Amino acid sequence: MNFLQPDFAPAYPEIFLLLMVCVVLLADLAWGEEKPHLAYLLSQFALLGCVLITFATSAPGVVYTFSGMFVDDALADILKMMVYVTVSVVLVYSRTYISTRGMLNGEFFSLALFATLGMMVMISASHFLTLYLGLELLSLSLYAMVALRRDSVGATEAAIKFFVLGALASGFLLYGMSMIYGATGSLNIARVTEVIQTGAMSHTVLVVGVVFIVAGISFKLSAAPFHMWAPDVYEGASTAVVLFIGSAPKLAAFGFIMRLLAEGLGSMVADWQGMLIILAVMSMLIGNIAAIAQTNIKRMLAYSTISHMGFVLLGVLSGDGNGYSSSMFYVVVYVLMTLGTFGMIMLLSRAGFEADKLEDFKGLNRRNPWYAFIMLLLMFSMAGIPPTVGIYAKLSVLQAVLNAGYIWLAVVAVLLSLIGVFYYLRIVKLMYFDEPETDALILPQGDVKLLLSANGLAVLAFGFFPQALMAWCAYAIRHSSI
Amino acid sequence: MTEMQKLYLLVPLAPLAGALIAGLFGRLIGPAWSHRATIALMLVCVAASVTVFMDVLKGNVYNGTVYTWMTSGDTRFEVGFLIDQLTATMMVVVSFVSLMVHIYTIGYMHGDPGYQRFFSYISLFTFSMLMLVMSNNFLQLFFGWEAVGLVSYLLIGFWYTRPTAIYANLKAFLVNRVGDFGFLLGIGLVLTYFGTLDYAAVFAQAPQAAAQTIEIIPGSRWELLSPICILLFVGAMGKSAQFPLHVWLPDSMEGPTPISALIHAATMVTAGIFMVARMSPLFELSEAALSVILVIGGITTLFMALVAVVQNDIKRVVAYSTLSQLGYMTVALGASAYSAGIFHLMTHAFFKAVLFLGAGSVIIAMHHEQDMRKMGGLKKYMPVTYWTMFIAALASAGVPGFSGFFSKDAIIEAVHFATLPGAGFAYFCAVTTVFVTAFYTFRLLFMTFHGKPRMDHHTEEHLHESPWVVTLPLVILATASIGAGWLIEPMLFGGYFGNAIHILPQHEAIAKMAAEFHGIGGMMAHAFTTLPFWFSAGGIFAAWYLYMVRTNLPARIRQAAGPLYTILDRKYFIDELYSWLFAGGALAVGRGLWKYGDVIVIDGFFVNGSARVVAATAMLMRRFQSGYIYHYAFTMIVGVFVLMSVWLFV
Repeated sequence: MNFLQPDFAPAYPEIFLLLMVCVVLLADLAWGEEKPHLAYLLSQFALLGCVLITFATSAPGVVYTFSGMFVDDALADILKMMVYVTVSVVLVYSRTYISTRGMLNGEFFSLALFATLGMMVMISASHFLTLYLGLELLSLSLYAMVALRRDSVGATEAAIKFFVLGALASGFLLYGMSMIYGATGSLNIARVTEVIQTGAMSHTVLVVGVVFIVAGISFKLSAAPFHMWAPDVYEGASTAVVLFIGSAPKLAAFGFIMRLLAEGLGSMVADWQGMLIILAVMSMLIGNIAAIAQTNIKRMLAYSTISHMGFVLLGVLSGDGNGYSSSMFYVVVYVLMTLGTFGMIMLLSRAGFEADKLEDFKGLNRRNPWYAFIMLLLMFSMAGIPPTVGIYAKLSVLQAVLNAGYIWLAVVAVLLSLIGVFYYLRIVKLMYFDEPETDALILPQGDVKLLLSANGLAVLAFGFFPQALMAWCAYAIRHSSI
Repeated sequence: MTEMQKLYLLVPLAPLAGALIAGLFGRLIGPAWSHRATIALMLVCVAASVTVFMDVLKGNVYNGTVYTWMTSGDTRFEVGFLIDQLTATMMVVVSFVSLMVHIYTIGYMHGDPGYQRFFSYISLFTFSMLMLVMSNNFLQLFFGWEAVGLVSYLLIGFWYTRPTAIYANLKAFLVNRVGDFGFLLGIGLVLTYFGTLDYAAVFAQAPQAAAQTIEIIPGSRWELLSPICILLFVGAMGKSAQFPLHVWLPDSMEGPTPISALIHAATMVTAGIFMVARMSPLFELSEAALSVILVIGGITTLFMALVAVVQNDIKRVVAYSTLSQLGYMTVALGASAYSAGIFHLMTHAFFKAVLFLGAGSVIIAMHHEQDMRKMGGLKKYMPVTYWTMFIAALASAGVPGFSGFFSKDAIIEAVHFATLPGAGFAYFCAVTTVFVTAFYTFRLLFMTFHGKPRMDHHTEEHLHESPWVVTLPLVILATASIGAGWLIEPMLFGGYFGNAIHILPQHEAIAKMAAEFHGIGGMMAHAFTTLPFWFSAGGIFAAWYLYMVRTNLPARIRQAAGPLYTILDRKYFIDELYSWLFAGGALAVGRGLWKYGDVIVIDGFFVNGSARVVAATAMLMRRFQSGYIYHYAFTMIVGVFVLMSVWLFV
């Protein structure tokens, strides 16, 4: 048996991160008691290392390795970079929060890094099995993170729901993949594309496979009607974990969609376009309307996420490069806004106080005008009010929808997002026009202070200069294996 | 960027910098440094304007873009400058009068709590006005147009604790809205049919556009240019206070006097005149628009002058005089004598500024008493004010040798040559008004400065000449009021305006006048044989006879005239009509829309109705979110079923 040494270079970031996770675990075991911040610092170091390695190993063009199971292209590099940055920011925002709740230990960080590794594998997968491997690594880490607060009934309940429904979604996905395999005889994405183009297989089997795959992906994106887990998990899990779940994995899920739908099943646009329209409309409808009835801000943001994912799907369903890049732009902007918003919730929370009720934002302007202003920018951007970047994100996906010829869909999307403006502006109203219920001081750490301000201002800055980010997304899509 | 381009930029930006300094840091640097800074920057502005003017005299005309604001489709929205003879003239007049008013303000506003704010506003005004005149496109013109309107609004209501000031600035704002609406519609038509907002491009296409017709009311086709020009002129009517949109200008006298001089006499109100002259390539092609202009100008000239005769408030006399003089300029435009209109604009800017600033000087001395019936005999107390105002009055009345004579006579002659419908009426108004103008101007002079003092003893004791910051601008401007008229030969007949003004051969009134023009001396000598001169002399004589010799006569005339006097005193009841028709009508319509449209249909059905639907749906969805895993799993399976059925059934 001759064993061909595969080219490891494209996977260096993954390998490095895996090693670093082991280091974090061991270090925490050895010195965790005395130096609780060690795991945090090592994790940040690991992410920084990943950034450098990804940067160093990024090569123009598309490189396959591990017998075509793993791909390294511009899309992978750029999405991974964004994942590193996002995870790093999440860790900065979460540090104080988890330390006051006794979770500042190796578990949290190693799970976060494992999840990151899963996302990286998903993003770089060019084979159904690698895709699934990455997805499960991510999902299992997330289940465990939700359950991290063992003594909290809400967290445990959320974890069980998340796990059971996630297992169901994984089942859907695997079943769909097996259908595709049955029809095309391959699990390799590039190969699947080729076979589908020849048209020598049962179309029915393929479409049944696509339905199950789309359902599985929708669960990850929390698009309606596969969204039911999101509000409960958002409410039950600790804010730091929600921030983690709500941010970076969406980038990975976008990569997943690109690999699977856009690339693998790209020639079946006509079949999955209709499905995505239904999912998008339902997501925007349910997300925006149900958010109005919420009193818990985390729950409200869960619905807000659902509606944003509807918008992401709008970009994808147009089925061309412009649509994909506008969708990617939307995801990136969404992650930026989510980071800031949850960062703000954690900023306001203290030991024994979660700041997850809408009332907790009352009169924030009196307590701290600067953070109220940052939150105002974030809410404006979420609602899509110029000059923040949110309007450009919405505008670009709507443009893609119009290009695809669905004028009615664009109208529906605009009307539904108009309803959504209400609950974002309600927070602004609470902050600026209501009397504060507490006068507790807001004393963030220096790095959080700086990062959160930068985060809010970035929303404004990208609103003035959206072109750079847009060009980046377009570049990623154009120089990928799609 | 060349040296000249930098200079062009400097002209508007210097006052803007002054406005920012006085506005943002005024409290920090104090009143003295605020006026020093703004005046220093105004000096820079004047120097730059004069340099540009000299450069233009050498024949260097500039038209170019400074900054592209945005591009929408094929339409570019730009900031650009068109520097030619017309612009340069306006730049010098605006910056020079503005500088004088800046200096004068030091004396007039001394000790006012809003001192710095005032300087900031007048500098801001200068910036806006310069942007307006220097523009090379309609967009920037409109920007300047609105900006000067805004500053005018702010300044009329400068003493914002006075209810009358707030009423006046609101009125000015609303009336200008009517004009600006027409103006904007005109610009919209230009953009629609020419596809560009750039002057040069629009003017180049104008001859072709003249052949086009459009159907505004179904069944009747109009020449395209007529509605465009008339709508643009509606804008000019608002800004230059032409009948029937003149009602705001007399009330604007609620603002501080320097403002009345700068904005409501010398510069802003002439923006409409300038705009029409600038658009001469368009207006020339629409005889209908020119006729409208002639008639409107004629009405304003005569009827506003008549109102001035019965006013007793010194500032209101000057205000109505301004309206009447603006009517003259408008008549000139209608007669295609654009250069005469601009010439009168310039001379008027100087002598009217003197009249206003002089009136202001009197008002300071009288401790803010404005009623002429309580003045009299001020000549011996305020010689400088008296003599400067005397010169301005002579200029205003059109006495040969003074600037007003040359410019007004040119207009009357031009109208005489005009052949358009309405020209006869305009000529009648223009000539008759000469008498009225001379009469009310000297009535003002006699009532204020001559005769027996009628003020109370306390006021008389404190009468004294105003400080030098007030009298210096008066003297300088009075000198200009004499001198400016002597420029008639180069400005009107010497081809001074070059290509800046475009006149069709059949409208060449000025050219016909040039043929008969034999030097300034000849013009003055000839004046003694013409009707306007004798009208002017008659007016002065009548004023002298009624207010110096037979002082009991005016009261008896008033008695005898009865209703006629009431009509003039109440300004033809136009304010009452507008209040009843527009304010009352708008209130009635508004009440109807509020009660039936808003409360029942919009609030009741659409707003609250849709809010109720959304809220109900939200509650329903909340119920679906039961918390049970099997419900959730079931939903997911139903979802897969739905997706599957899309493919199966569609």
